[in-house]
Parts: sequence; C-alpha cells; structure tokens
Amino acid sequence: MPKLSFFLGCIMPNRYPGIEIATKKTLEKLGVELVELPGASCCPAPGVFRSFDKATWLSIAARNVVLSEELGYDLLTVCNGCFGSLVDANNLLKEDAAEREATNKILKQIGHEFKGTIKVRHIIEFLHSEVGVDKIKEAVVKPVDLKVAVHYGCHLIKPSKERHLGSTENPRFFDELVEAVGAESIDYEDKLACCGAGGGARTAVLDTALLMAEAKIQHAIAAGADCFVDACPFCHLELDVGQTEIAKKFGREYNLPVLHYSQLLGLSMGYTPEEMGIDMNYITNDEFMKKIGGDK
Amino acid sequence: MDTIKTAELDHDFIKEISEEPGAEKIALCFNCTGCTAGCPMSDLEAQYNIRKILRMASLGMKDEVLNNPYLWYCTTCYKCQERCPQGVQNVDALLKIRTIAVKNGIMLPKHRAVAKLVIEYGHAVPINDDAKEKRKKLGLEEMPYTVQRFPESLDEVHKLIKITKFDELTTE
Repeated sequence: MPKLSFFLGCIMPNRYPGIEIATKKTLEKLGVELVELPGASCCPAPGVFRSFDKATWLSIAARNVVLSEELGYDLLTVCNGCFGSLVDANNLLKEDAAEREATNKILKQIGHEFKGTIKVRHIIEFLHSEVGVDKIKEAVVKPVDLKVAVHYGCHLIKPSKERHLGSTENPRFFDELVEAVGAESIDYEDKLACCGAGGGARTAVLDTALLMAEAKIQHAIAAGADCFVDACPFCHLELDVGQTEIAKKFGREYNLPVLHYSQLLGLSMGYTPEEMGIDMNYITNDEFMKKIGGDK
Repeated sequence: MDTIKTAELDHDFIKEISEEPGAEKIALCFNCTGCTAGCPMSDLEAQYNIRKILRMASLGMKDEVLNNPYLWYCTTCYKCQERCPQGVQNVDALLKIRTIAVKNGIMLPKHRAVAKLVIEYGHAVPINDDAKEKRKKLGLEEMPYTVQRFPESLDEVHKLIKITKFDELTTE
C-alpha cells in the first residue's frame, strides 16, 4: 500500500474541510495510506510570497518538504498553489547546490536539513499515474451522472519545465479521471483559462480577478455544465466564493456548483454530498443537490 | 509619450533581474506580442501588458517598471511563458521584478496584510470559528494538524522569518 504524508496547506483545512475529509476517505478506499504531517505551515503561496522575497518563500517551502523527508514519505497535496511552491522548491533545492547550501544554512538554525529524498505529488497526477483509471473505475459503486466542466487550473500543469505532465494546451489526464466515475467531461470555451485568483491578483485587484472567474463560469454554463470540478482549494474558493462576490458587486447571479475532484470521487464511492461537505460551499443550488442525492 | 533619455536608464537593472536564473532571457524578446495576445488579464485590462513591462525592464526603465501599478495584475498562469517562441521566462522575470519592488519599499497594503498573516500565524488563511464548526460536523478534529496547532512548530516559522528578515521587509 503506498503511503504519503498529507500536506494540508491553508484554504482546505481552514475554509473547505469537506475537501480534506473527501480526500482521506476516498484515498483510503483506493488503498492509499495518508499520514499526518504535523506542524506544516502555509506552502507558502507561490505567486504571492515568491513575489515578495525568494529566500523566505524557498526556506518556508523547504521546511514543509523537510518535515515529510523526516517522516520518510513522499508528500501529497490536493492544491495547485501548494503543488506549485513545493515542487518548484523541491526541484530547485535538489538541482542547485548553491541554493541548497543557502537554504540549509537557514534550516539548520531551526533544527532541520534539506536532503532531497522525497517527491512532491498532486492528487490528480498521483491518481492518474500511480493508482490508475481502471482501479478508480472498479471503486465506483454509484456512477455520477453529471456534465462536468473540468478546471485544471494553472500550477498543476505549468510551468511544464517543472511539471513534466504533458500538454499544457490540451491535457487529458484530469478529464479521464472525471470520466472514470461516470461523469461526462464537457468541452467549453477557454477550458484551460486561469480562475483569476493566483499571483496575488485576488488580493491586489479583486474586481478584475472576479471578472476572470466570471468568464469561466459563463463559458461553463453556456456549454451546459452541471458543475465545475477543480483540483485546487484556491481555484475552488475563487469560483465558489467568487460567485457570491460577483452577485454582490456586479448584481449577476450564476449559482454554478463547484466540487473538488476528491468530492466527486467520494460521490461515486457512495458517500453522501453532506459527508463530502458539498453542502458547505458558499453558493447554494438546491436543484443540483437533489440531482446528486443530497438532503435538500 | 515622453522621450526616453538614455542617461536616465539604469543599465544595472537587467543585471539585478538576471540574478533569477532564466530571467536574463528577457533580452531575447523580439516583440512578437504572443505573450500579451494570449494573456487572460490583458483581455480584461488592456493596460496590463507583460511584454511592455519586460521590454521596459530590459531597457533599464527601473523606476517606471517598479512603480507601474499593473506589475501586480499577473495571476502567474504561465500561459505566456509556455508559448514564448524565444523561451523567455516571462513569469519568472516578472516575479523577480516584484521582489525588487518590495526591496525598494514598493508593496501594496493588501499584500502587506497577507504577509503579516503568515508572519503571525504561519498561514496566509488561518483557521476561524466557521471552519472549526464545519470540521466538527464532518467528523474531523477541530484544529488541523498544522503549525497553528503546535506552538513549537509556529516558533520554528517565527524564527525562520526573523532569519530572512521577512518581517522587516514587509512591515511599513
């Protein structure tokens, strides 16, 4: 049974715990053991903290990777932002001796050392390449009959020089995982577009960041989507909380439900929407909840 | 538009940007505008133009670049970097330029506030009562196993930030 440390990050445990419980329950059913990673911090957010000070970004990220090295397990994240910071930092420190030495000088003062012994994994690429579509299909007890707008987000696949996950213009692996649970991955305009949240833009220029999210939401609805399925709690927040902000600021209402892949996977394994925390989203859509078998 | 005077250009700016491996490639840009043509932010806000920012940077227009409010509009989606026919690492260069701005005291108040959250709690988005309630309802422990639960871990993050002087850098 593969064993990984579970890196929680910020937004999942502190805003969308449904994604956390969904990840734990679904991976357990697939025979993947997750162990706690006590004391991990913010990854720290790649576009934000790398924009402020690279040494701080790198050493905080290195400390998180090292905590998992000390346990002796590869690290799993379910967030594109955390993946971005932790993969980039892990690669950089493995490849660049000068950066490693400078970072280890800092880490030594808090009792740690980066050794470069583990890999950083994202749930989507991990499920696709290590667990496999066939095994996921076998675990489905209740096929999910939904038209899904898959949102890859940016940092799962880009920059490709650090990710090596194939095409950044027309990737397929996430769609295959969505189709494995019985859902239909629909094509929609600008499918690969950014949600608008990254790089500190949501903090710096919220209205413009929301317009970017709104374009995605409109394109998904125009293509007949029942919901978004994402791979990142920050995209999740931008698309979910974003719809409440768009309604308040611009007076335009959409109510398109947003699920993380682990929540969709959970539904297909027979868990209820409430057990997966899908009813804890900020936007509510009773029709959708009825469709997926919720209480409401 | 004002005339650009060579005497006012800072020729060391490109050297400073080039400290970031790959960022030196902004000198290879031949202005095809593929980066900006595909940019989702340029679609919404035409004033944001990464090609122009990087062009100005490679010319040495340091003050104009560091004080350009649009420097902070990039969402780091990396679409331009993936598509650049010259292999320019646009986003990596832009992030480096942002760090130079911060070093020169140019930082948005809202970004200072996010930095402060990590300095204080070790999380950019710390736990709140609503999340604790939701966690309990889902059968999770109220406090996740992160730095916010273990004082000795938070102490490590605090020490690390003191060592890199991130608190001094980001506090006005």
